[in-house]
Amino acid sequence: MSKNWPLWEIFVRSKNGLEHRHFGSLHASDAEMALENARDVYTRRSEGVSIWVVESSNITASNPEHNGELFEPAQDKVYRHPTFYDLPDEVKHM
Amino acid sequence: MKNNNLYNYIISIADNSLILAQRLGELCGHGPTLETDIAGTNISLDLIGQTRNYYQYAAKIQGEGKTEDDLAFLRLEREYKNVLLVEQPNDHFGFVMGRQYLFDVFHLLFMTEMLNSKDETLAAIAKKGIKEVSYHKRFSGDWVKRLGDGTEESNAKMQEAIDDLWVYTDELFDLTEADKAMIADGIGVDTSKLKELYYAEISELLKEANLTVPEGKYFTRGGKKGIHSEHMGYILSDLQYMQRTYPNMEW
Repeated sequence: MSKNWPLWEIFVRSKNGLEHRHFGSLHASDAEMALENARDVYTRRSEGVSIWVVESSNITASNPEHNGELFEPAQDKVYRHPTFYDLPDEVKHM
Repeated sequence: MKNNNLYNYIISIADNSLILAQRLGELCGHGPTLETDIAGTNISLDLIGQTRNYYQYAAKIQGEGKTEDDLAFLRLEREYKNVLLVEQPNDHFGFVMGRQYLFDVFHLLFMTEMLNSKDETLAAIAKKGIKEVSYHKRFSGDWVKRLGDGTEESNAKMQEAIDDLWVYTDELFDLTEADKAMIADGIGVDTSKLKELYYAEISELLKEANLTVPEGKYFTRGGKKGIHSEHMGYILSDLQYMQRTYPNMEW
């Protein structure tokens, strides 16, 4: 039975003000069932206040084979981090 | 005992939750999918939580120094007052969801009324329980709809389950002596007044699920008086085994 059900990715917001984070995935026949299943599988220990479900097939992922061209060029460009400024004392919380 | 009616009243409510929780607990690890398995166990644990509150309160009223465990594990079959519906065995998944739904609709109507009880403890248990039971009903009702409105086979199985379980529904609205006394005191819920709402709500969902509302007028009853079906002894032998074999054990 379960092998006929599509896979869903589950995102849970652990409290108001925080973002939804990926918690895992599960099987369900439709979005409504995915929400109920997520509620029971991922929030039964009070982990969340909001759930998003997305059918896994709707996610477009980058191809690991392309990691070289996608990610490596950024490795030697430390100047893209905003760490080369002298901050005035008046600026707090940076 | 000073307040026999109140004690009997609480026990009869608690036993419904205990026996249904035990039935669901039997399915732990046997659900059709991991997700539904966890859901069933969650519902079982919700019910056991409610049961504990009821038994703790009943033990206090009884005033014989007994504990919630004594009440849950060490009574004789005739002393359990749950309705026959909740002790029916776990047949297929559709049957389990049908049994759950037929109880959940009643349970939510009941708890919503118990909120107004003059007994503060019972009102407090209802306040906490309503959220749990609302979800139980959503879950079981959803599955009744899915299976009724699913394939030809799932529809036939769901219909058969509802037809088989229907004869146990009318007992939910029977009033025992304890019920009547507690209603008169403003503590108990007059379940006879919930009957119409109950059947109307269930009929609506069954129609939505492409299922036929059973028209049978024969109903079986007895659990509320302690006269149980042949299944009850087996449930209790499982439930009571540890306490009978190792008296007073804790873990």
